[in-house]
Amino acid sequence: MICNATIEDYALRSIGIGEKLLPKSDITLCDQFVLIGSGVIWNLYFCIIALAFGFIFAILTAIIRFNKYRFLSKAIDIYVFIFRGSPLFIQFFCAYEIFVLLPKIGFDINLLFTTITVETSWLTKAWLGAVLVLFLNTTAYSSEIFYGALKSIPKHDIEAAEAFGLSTRRKYRKIIIPTMLRNSWSSYTNEAIFLFHATTLVFFSSFPAWRQSGDALYYASYFADKTFNPFVPYPIIAVYFISITLLIILIFKIINVYFTKHLPKERKMPIKLFTNMVR
Amino acid sequence: MFEYCTDPDVLSTFEWFSCYLTNGKHLLFYKSFGLIILLLFITAPLAALLGLLAAVAIKSKFLLLRLFSKAYANIVRGIPDIIFFLFIPITIDQLIEFTRHKIKCPEIVDSVWQGSDFVVCGAAKLPLNSDPQWIHDIYGFLLAVFSFTIVYGAFAANTFYGAMNSVPQSQIETGKSFGMSRKQIYTSIIFPQMWRYALPGLSNLWMLLIKSTPLLFLLGIQDVVYWARELGGSKTSIFQYPHPDWRVWYFLSLLVFYLLLTKISELILNRISKKIYVPI
Repeated sequence: MICNATIEDYALRSIGIGEKLLPKSDITLCDQFVLIGSGVIWNLYFCIIALAFGFIFAILTAIIRFNKYRFLSKAIDIYVFIFRGSPLFIQFFCAYEIFVLLPKIGFDINLLFTTITVETSWLTKAWLGAVLVLFLNTTAYSSEIFYGALKSIPKHDIEAAEAFGLSTRRKYRKIIIPTMLRNSWSSYTNEAIFLFHATTLVFFSSFPAWRQSGDALYYASYFADKTFNPFVPYPIIAVYFISITLLIILIFKIINVYFTKHLPKERKMPIKLFTNMVR
Repeated sequence: MFEYCTDPDVLSTFEWFSCYLTNGKHLLFYKSFGLIILLLFITAPLAALLGLLAAVAIKSKFLLLRLFSKAYANIVRGIPDIIFFLFIPITIDQLIEFTRHKIKCPEIVDSVWQGSDFVVCGAAKLPLNSDPQWIHDIYGFLLAVFSFTIVYGAFAANTFYGAMNSVPQSQIETGKSFGMSRKQIYTSIIFPQMWRYALPGLSNLWMLLIKSTPLLFLLGIQDVVYWARELGGSKTSIFQYPHPDWRVWYFLSLLVFYLLLTKISELILNRISKKIYVPI
């Protein structure tokens, strides 16, 4: 089967490039494969942005909690409790309704060479609003993972670093953060996989798919509704998700090798998948 | 509910709210919270049972059974659960109706899938069009229970498989040298000890299950999310209790409900795990 024409029309449909109308009748296997694959772009976008920012903020919040800054730690504890204790699905609904109620105003942000207007209405769109919710969610879960790992760092490692006269900055960069990441990498891999899976919720909660530009599941359920045959689109999306899940595992394993390359063989920790389900 | 509720327009704020929050639709909303608890308590044992069976199957001697159960446990966990919640109900529905169609209406030779429609004869529909609403509701709920069981059974299988492997190998070897059969080793060595190794994993699973219950909404069931959207949407003056868009408050109350549910579960599970020695 040659899909060239379909790929040209629909490969970037989910980000608004290509044919305007979705296929309505005579839906071929090609259409389904290409359009669902096009939706995967959104899933990857949500996952990568949320994970990248979430990683940094999770480390920061975990360190703040580890150092027990009084009010800040308490506030982060409450934030983590709220986001870990409630379903992401409900968080999406809540956030969307709050974003809708926000006053519609724009801020001018003056960059050196140009001015951009930041509008609050962007938050009601999936590309910003959903990413914000996913970011807050994954930060909470990862913060808990990293905080747990920080607490289990052997005391004498830190004391040794201090005895060597390492500055606080170097102590964190050379001793504490690497140990923390190494000990929690297995859990964090699982978190990344769960986050990727959670991106499918975006267009099924409140966020509307603007001009029918949705994620993979949005198109899969579109085809299932149109053809009334669930046996084609859902296995296709399953293939996409399993492949990307395997890719995530591969990437995290490569990073794990890098983290543990100096350790003797018996202290290397293999990534245990789906064992430590934190969600 | 109260006598003074006959004319809500003249009531004071407090009385208005007392009437508003106890009207018929709100009572249905409160009942839907019970639905979630019901789903949890039906699904959890079923999923645990399925997981246990699958875990034993993964360790079985028969290659085919082993491969099948391994594939089940791994593939289901590699795919977002929401895809299963969309896929399983419609699949089961079509399978049942297709079979009933073949049995009850053999005289119709046309294909069931006509273009973009799924057509079965009236007698093959399940539930029948003439059935009362509550049968439709129960049928939908059963499909939901089935979907949740399939998905969480796979997670439980993994937990039990790990727990069974954590039972010290030397004990199993001792059992073997005493001449115990495979069945005896399972029932008197592995099963009684497996639980304490499985407890942390099962606690996590319970939390996972709680947090996926709002997905009932996607299965077309009138659950808490459905009612929150329905009741919260702005009501014009033709309604008895007109109000602006209050959805955010309804969803925040759902948030609080789930926070309470997970917090209480956490406290109870912590208590249990303190009583049972978890050897890790």
